[in-house]
Amino acid sequence: MNTEQHSPWVRVHPLAVRLTHWINVVAMLIMVTSGWRIYNASPIFPFRIPGDITLGGWLGGALQWHFAAMWLLAVNGLVYLAYGIVSGHFRRKFWPISPAAVIADVLAALRGKLSHEDLSIYNAAQRAAYATLILAIVVLVLSGLAIWKPVQLQGLAALMGGYEGARIVHFVAMALAVFIVIVHVAMVALVPRTLHSMITGNVRRVRT
Amino acid sequence: MKPRIAPGQALAAIPKRKIESIERRLFLRRGLSLGALAMLTGCNVTDQESVEKALMAMSRWNDRVQGWLFDPTRLAPEYAESAITVPFPFNAYYGEDEAPEIDADDYRLELGGLIRDRKPWSLPELYALPQVSQVTRHICVEGWSAIGKWSGTPFRSFLERVGADTTAKFVGFKCDDDYYSSIDMPTALHPQTILAFRYADQILPAKYGFPMKLRVPTKLGFKNPKHIRAIFVTNEYPGGYWEDQGYNWFSGS
Ligand code: HEM
Repeated sequence: MNTEQHSPWVRVHPLAVRLTHWINVVAMLIMVTSGWRIYNASPIFPFRIPGDITLGGWLGGALQWHFAAMWLLAVNGLVYLAYGIVSGHFRRKFWPISPAAVIADVLAALRGKLSHEDLSIYNAAQRAAYATLILAIVVLVLSGLAIWKPVQLQGLAALMGGYEGARIVHFVAMALAVFIVIVHVAMVALVPRTLHSMITGNVRRVRT
Repeated sequence: MKPRIAPGQALAAIPKRKIESIERRLFLRRGLSLGALAMLTGCNVTDQESVEKALMAMSRWNDRVQGWLFDPTRLAPEYAESAITVPFPFNAYYGEDEAPEIDADDYRLELGGLIRDRKPWSLPELYALPQVSQVTRHICVEGWSAIGKWSGTPFRSFLERVGADTTAKFVGFKCDDDYYSSIDMPTALHPQTILAFRYADQILPAKYGFPMKLRVPTKLGFKNPKHIRAIFVTNEYPGGYWEDQGYNWFSGS
């Protein structure tokens, strides 16, 4: 790929992670924007989402997108989780997450002093953000199932306070995920080398 | 929780049917104007028909999955009468004052299709059938839900009494408000599916579907047709008013 002797490339993101990441971006985009349209049909909070940033055109169209893309999100997510657990990717990249380190790194990031020397490891703020994001999506899927099947999966729905409770859980998990994604994309914009690495899998080795 | 925006209330001035049809025409044009999505997926955004086809195919797939998920013995939760939502929201594709006025004396329920005994039923005959009650949650496709009490005769025993072919695939309904819908046979035979004649112990008022409504607590509200005039059993997919416009057909809870 690169012939330069002094700057060999080092692989930081395996193919499985890159593929599932970008498929997930498409799935999340469809799920969130169609979900907003569905929300607008009967808002649980005193506001609506501007129609122009929603997908589907009307409730029926939004539901079709939502119930089609849910398969993409769920199957792709399961592949990612299985890969992450079996290959040791999660243990290597996300573990350990120490609250003290997370706070220190978030403060450093806010002061613009977070180091991005070695892109092969995630800093503590990233670890916490990714782990929370993955958890939020798991909660989104579970609460979505509870809303979709409040009779067949009534045990699951009961865990969230029944059908109406699951709607609130679903919305809050969406809001959390969208918030983390906004921060995530802003961070990528600040350190564009990471984007390159998430596409090709490689970064230039940092000489020590 | 009660819906903050009572259905039909927000759009009171304009018939809902008209809005939905305008929205429907905007569906793909607006839906696909989401440029980012188009770029990411590399879809041919001008090919609206193939997108619609793909979404419809996924909807048919979801019908099948829901058929597998449906457990014919699993009951929808029942609630105490104190949990009933007051007032129970009116909802239809038209306004509340447009609900059909049906003459009780003239009314006859018609039966058709794969049913042995197709004699029409008068209301006194229907009221004389064994009656049961349920307090269950009605969940609307829009997302809101409300708890109500319905009473009537178990649909399964009615189908058996008239000699319906319960191995057939579908039960279809034609209604006096020009609504129509259909359900799968396993749901028609579910113990909580009832032909309801009463709401809150009173004969159904026009707004709740006089003279009868199919109460199906294992399906979304629009699969609970009101003002039923004819019931037929068939193996040919009958569709439905909303289903034909894109709502998922099975729509089970
Ligand atoms: C256009 C939007 C997005 C861009 C440009 C983007 C970019 C990136 C990049 C560059 C990385 C690697 C970070 C690094 O090497 O330091 C990454 C990782 C990650 N992103 Fe995104 N992302 C986007 C949207 C999303 C969305 C929507 C989600 C989830 C809902 C998400 C979840 C993740 C996760 C969980 C990781 C860690 C993956 C792992 O190592 O297993 N991203 N993203």
